[in-house]
Amino acid sequence: MAKPTQIQLSHGGGGREMAELIGKIFFDAFDNPILRREEDAAALNLSGQTAFTTDSFTVAPLFFQGGDIGKLAIAGTVNDLAMMGAEPQYLSCGFIIEEGFEIDKLKTIVSSMAKELEKSGAHIVCGDTKVVPKGCADGLFINTTGVGRIVRPGISVRAIQPGDAVILSRDIGRHGAAILTAREGLELESELTSDCATLWPVVQQLLAANIDIHAMRDATRGGIAAVLNEWTKAANVGIDVEEKLIPVCDEVRGVCELYGFEPWDLANEGTFVIALPKQAAEAAVEIMQRHGGCDSAAIIGTVSDEHAGKVVLHSPWGSKRYLELPQGELLPRIC
Amino acid sequence: MPELQLKQLYDGFRDPETINELARQIKQWASQLTEPVYMMEVCGGHTHTIMKYGLPQLLPDNIHFIHGPGCPVCIMPKERIDQAAALASIDDVILVTLGDMIRVPGSQGSLAQFRAKGCDIRPVYQPLDALKIAQENPTKTVIFFAIGFETSTPMTAVLLEQAEKLGLENLLFHINHVLVPPAIDAVMADQETKVNAFIGPSHVSVITGSKIYQPTVDKYHTPVVISGFEPVDVMQSILAIVKQKVEGRAELENQYQRAVTEQGNLVAQQKVDKFFEVRDSFRWRGLGPIPSSALKLLSEFAHRDAEIRFAARLPVKEIDDHKACQCGDILRGKANPKDCKVFGRGCTPQTPLGSCMVSSEGACNAYYRYAGVE
Repeated sequence: MAKPTQIQLSHGGGGREMAELIGKIFFDAFDNPILRREEDAAALNLSGQTAFTTDSFTVAPLFFQGGDIGKLAIAGTVNDLAMMGAEPQYLSCGFIIEEGFEIDKLKTIVSSMAKELEKSGAHIVCGDTKVVPKGCADGLFINTTGVGRIVRPGISVRAIQPGDAVILSRDIGRHGAAILTAREGLELESELTSDCATLWPVVQQLLAANIDIHAMRDATRGGIAAVLNEWTKAANVGIDVEEKLIPVCDEVRGVCELYGFEPWDLANEGTFVIALPKQAAEAAVEIMQRHGGCDSAAIIGTVSDEHAGKVVLHSPWGSKRYLELPQGELLPRIC
Repeated sequence: MPELQLKQLYDGFRDPETINELARQIKQWASQLTEPVYMMEVCGGHTHTIMKYGLPQLLPDNIHFIHGPGCPVCIMPKERIDQAAALASIDDVILVTLGDMIRVPGSQGSLAQFRAKGCDIRPVYQPLDALKIAQENPTKTVIFFAIGFETSTPMTAVLLEQAEKLGLENLLFHINHVLVPPAIDAVMADQETKVNAFIGPSHVSVITGSKIYQPTVDKYHTPVVISGFEPVDVMQSILAIVKQKVEGRAELENQYQRAVTEQGNLVAQQKVDKFFEVRDSFRWRGLGPIPSSALKLLSEFAHRDAEIRFAARLPVKEIDDHKACQCGDILRGKANPKDCKVFGRGCTPQTPLGSCMVSSEGACNAYYRYAGVE
């Protein structure tokens, strides 16, 4: 009998089919000694302060320009660790697969996960697979949890101080715009790629150069508008940003123009923001610009003790306004 | 020839030097005004531009903006949302509508809340998406909840034309298309109105032509300047209005000449005329019933009219806004969003009491998002 090309409910049943799926697809791609032990739980050697995070990925479409849900699931969790100054070490990985999902697509996604893992050196050491009946999930959901060794303790939103400079690592809004253009219904032709990337290598460079980082955060859902607003509220400070210093590529701007969005509200998956003492800012930007993917890194603003809890966006012609948190679903303007 | 980049299309319209020079000229002319200018930007898109780009901060104190009724979401009365919700609640119905509409509160909740309860409600990016949904769901009835001013009516007409051509019987329409000129008349009919100039909605004029505002100029002796949506467009239009006021003129001017002609898009106008006729009256949120201010399907397309097909199931009770909500006064230009007692407190974009707070084009939403930096 020919091997099934689609996921069957039996692939999640705990029997032979499940063992084959896990052995042939997951273990081959994520191969490492801890995983191969196949115990109920991974036994890890952790030392010192450890960062621990989890995230679930439910993106539609699963494949987009510049990545797929697998790359996203690894980069997303690894980046959450990196933003705490932690070296990503061990990840868990849970798959919820809809019955009928093509096995070839699953292989592509898993291989993209394995490739992304290499960039941080982290390993998947445990996992879980569930198959749900057709209609109960949108193709594939992935959950990843990660732990990492904190290399530089004290990087925290609470360390942000008035006078700090705010650095943006690269141009914004690419992931949100790439997903939008790939969505059925928009049918936009575009060369735009998501910024989806693992950030640990660049963070490692900054830490190695002993840059005094107060806070770091990757600007995922809600874009930089969300990060900056969260910072102002958590640290009880104000942040002033200059619109003309925020890099936005033409295609992202085009999507925003067409649909009435603003680039600071759009999601990113490989872009981060740093708050650090003003005197350290230029050295940090220089290191980032030398590193791949961050050539447009720039100082975009300053932390202040005015307008506590608010982000103020300064226009190139001298007016200013609050940069609010994005609201609700991203829906296009009507006319 | 090198390919034209998108950036080239808007960069000049957001050029800081041009904006600052226009601000300087406006100030110079405005110093000669004998009375303040209260200009109504009828269109929510202009409200959005004015607030988003912080234009009032560049202008002298004798220039005031009044935010008019030109946002299709803001002016939708609750009973029409209730009708949409009632349609969506019928078994095997898929309700399709545009953007922000799903967040507007009806008396029983918003369409987003009805969607969460299990109704099949789909926001789309363009009306023609409804065609595909109808084709892919032949056993269901797809109802397009059509909204918008003269700008978006032709797109509904094209959708209807396609449905007819393909003989797609499961695509119906609930028509809520409204017209700008009667709304302007309703605003000006108020004896207390301060409005003495208009920034004209240019996307409407792309379809209808600039000619539709000539009666406004003649009847009320107010300048009307049809304006584009970029900050330079709006600043140039403000300058034109101030000049007219200083020189004692009241004329129709077309700042948006790159897209608007006197006659407009005749093909689009023909398509609208082919499928629609003017309703006797339509109730606007905040403004009440306005005669001849909206469209309905021509009787020969009654087979596609959800208002007729499902008449028995549609609630017709007229429902006013929350007592504390001043959307009506704001749409009439009698109040500013910040005058409203619930603005930013009981009424926020997350928990809107009135529709001006829901839509990204609404005056309250624009004030909430962009204004307030001291």
